[in-house]
Amino acid sequence: MADNVRPRVKAPRKASAGETVTIKTLISHPMESGQRKDADGNTIPRSIIHRFTCEFNGEMVVDVTMEPAISTNPYFEFEAMIPEAGDMTFTWYDDDGSVYEETKSIALA
Amino acid sequence: MKRTALITAILGASALTAGAAWAEPVEDKLTVNGEIEVTTWTDAPAAVEGALPEVISGWHFRGTETRAMQADDFDNPGMIFVEDAMASWDTAEGDAGKSCASCHGDVEDSMKGVRAVYPKWNEDAGEVRTLEMQVNACRTENMEAEPLKYTGTEMTSMLALISSVSRGMPVNVATDGPVAEAWEAGKELYYTRTGQLELSCANCHEDNYGRMIRADHLSQGQINGFPVYRLKNTKLNSVHARFKGCVRDTRAETYKPGSPEFVALELYVASRGNGLSVEGPSVRN
Repeated sequence: MADNVRPRVKAPRKASAGETVTIKTLISHPMESGQRKDADGNTIPRSIIHRFTCEFNGEMVVDVTMEPAISTNPYFEFEAMIPEAGDMTFTWYDDDGSVYEETKSIALA
Repeated sequence: MKRTALITAILGASALTAGAAWAEPVEDKLTVNGEIEVTTWTDAPAAVEGALPEVISGWHFRGTETRAMQADDFDNPGMIFVEDAMASWDTAEGDAGKSCASCHGDVEDSMKGVRAVYPKWNEDAGEVRTLEMQVNACRTENMEAEPLKYTGTEMTSMLALISSVSRGMPVNVATDGPVAEAWEAGKELYYTRTGQLELSCANCHEDNYGRMIRADHLSQGQINGFPVYRLKNTKLNSVHARFKGCVRDTRAETYKPGSPEFVALELYVASRGNGLSVEGPSVRN
């Protein structure tokens, strides 16, 4: 179980219809690869976030599969075209079954 | 597409300015979150009179992307640790059942400007105290809690939180009065060559800043940006851990973090940056 997992998202509050905006996301997570050993030589079990998705009003914007080589505190930045006002939902899926969610509302300017 | 264009531009520029100029500090201006104006290049304070013409933050010696990371709290990985420390600030620990907030209230009000004047003299204890020592004194005396490890993550995170609320304020460390003796001792250390390589702090950071030492770009060794988030070890680094690394690199036995020698050195080095803004947590490579 990963401690101190906190999702963070930076998205504009307003956009004009059809505008392309930049979205930044970051989740604090150790992303333990499963390859490392502790001081006693035992393998530290893998514990990563293996999937990240972003949906806008139910429509998928990005869907990312993440692998063990991705470093601590994964950061994603991408651009999205905003056709209408709505909610952007960000979801991170942890190996331990936890799901972290964050929602940002974007209004039309 | 944009990236390719940028790389081409950089390659083009380096071809034109190949040689020493490539390593000079970059002229740029740091504004954090578009609102905090940070002084990163200013007139030399009294402590370096005659030794340096100007004092320059390590920020100017880093690459474009690294500099940009520090200009936005969302992109600054050090801010994750600040958020962790914000949670510890409100968490009661120790036998007295107190948290930092029990006495100090809101960190943004009570700690504003604190980072800028440390290390400083503590009259009751009769010693020069670094901010780390003060945090631990608070923990053991007022909270009756265990002290934090001097260069541990919990300590550097707390320091990053305390520094973050003073960003933009000028470093203003006192060098006279009761601290004069420690300041002189720190100065002595700064100019003393150590290790098999026989290097003093000044050999790199005063005589050769702006030049490359193999793949590293030597800065003036200013500590206004500490704690520093380093991309190479993806964590916050404290001043004394950095001192230890530097002294080790001269192939010498190092002093211990928190030792009187490093406290004196921190006081002296901090005073060499009087006038630069507090930047912590800064981002370096």
